Amino acid sequence: MSLGNIFDIAGSGMTAQSLRLNTTASNIANAETASSSTGETYRARKPVFAAVQQSLLNGNQPAFGSAAEGGAGVRVEGVVESDADLQMRYEPNHPAASEDGYVYYPNVNVAEEMADMMSSSRSFQMNVDIMNTAKSMMQRILTLGQN
Amino acid sequence: MAITFDSALGIHQYALQARVQRAEILANNLANADTPGFKARDIDFQAIMKQAQSTASGFDINTTHSGHITEGGSAPGSLSDNDLLYRTPHQPSVDGNTVDAQQEQSRFMRNAMDYQASFQFLSSKFSGISKALTGQ
Repeated sequence: MSLGNIFDIAGSGMTAQSLRLNTTASNIANAETASSSTGETYRARKPVFAAVQQSLLNGNQPAFGSAAEGGAGVRVEGVVESDADLQMRYEPNHPAASEDGYVYYPNVNVAEEMADMMSSSRSFQMNVDIMNTAKSMMQRILTLGQN
Repeated sequence: MAITFDSALGIHQYALQARVQRAEILANNLANADTPGFKARDIDFQAIMKQAQSTASGFDINTTHSGHITEGGSAPGSLSDNDLLYRTPHQPSVDGNTVDAQQEQSRFMRNAMDYQASFQFLSSKFSGISKALTGQ
């Protein structure tokens, strides 16, 4: 445990949040990507976060009830696609319309994505603040005993 | 008369160490602010300081074997199993996460301030020592 670990932890948080921001951007960009079948239609993507344990990072087996496990940040376990219903719109003149005249639109909820975007940018900001604080704590330790 | 840094610096070195550890734990809470099922953790600072104080003052039990039971459990300033606790959430969320980002951030800032205070004490200890050495 040391101040240096805080940089790793905040860094992992920033990576995770920027990936979340990435999926949000992708979802919003593809919000109106139409297709003619349910299989080809874009589906909203969401990252899944999981906490990282320190002992697993070091590669050794954690002892039972193991010591002072402060954790070591966050990781993205994967990106899952939403299984919400796709939007079916009757647009017979659309080039991608099926035989019955329906076009499938992604199940992206733009309002939800916007809220997600704000949440992830705030979380990112928070991690940056932490890194700055850790940096100033570290800089102070370097001045120990100088006057 | 033996001069040791341990007795010269007093409790402040352990306080500083504990502050760093707490900063790390709080940073981890904040990094996992959006992780489902993550439980926020913290240390009982007072308990750790008490433990460090009792060990630093020399009233601890000497152990000569790894199987011996120690009173404090570990070296001063280092965390043991029992020190890292789970926070009681004010408002549990649906995904099982107990991190309140605002509260954690205010605790982190407070911890950074306390760290500066401990640092200031330690720094003045050092300047006191160097004054004594130069004899001016």
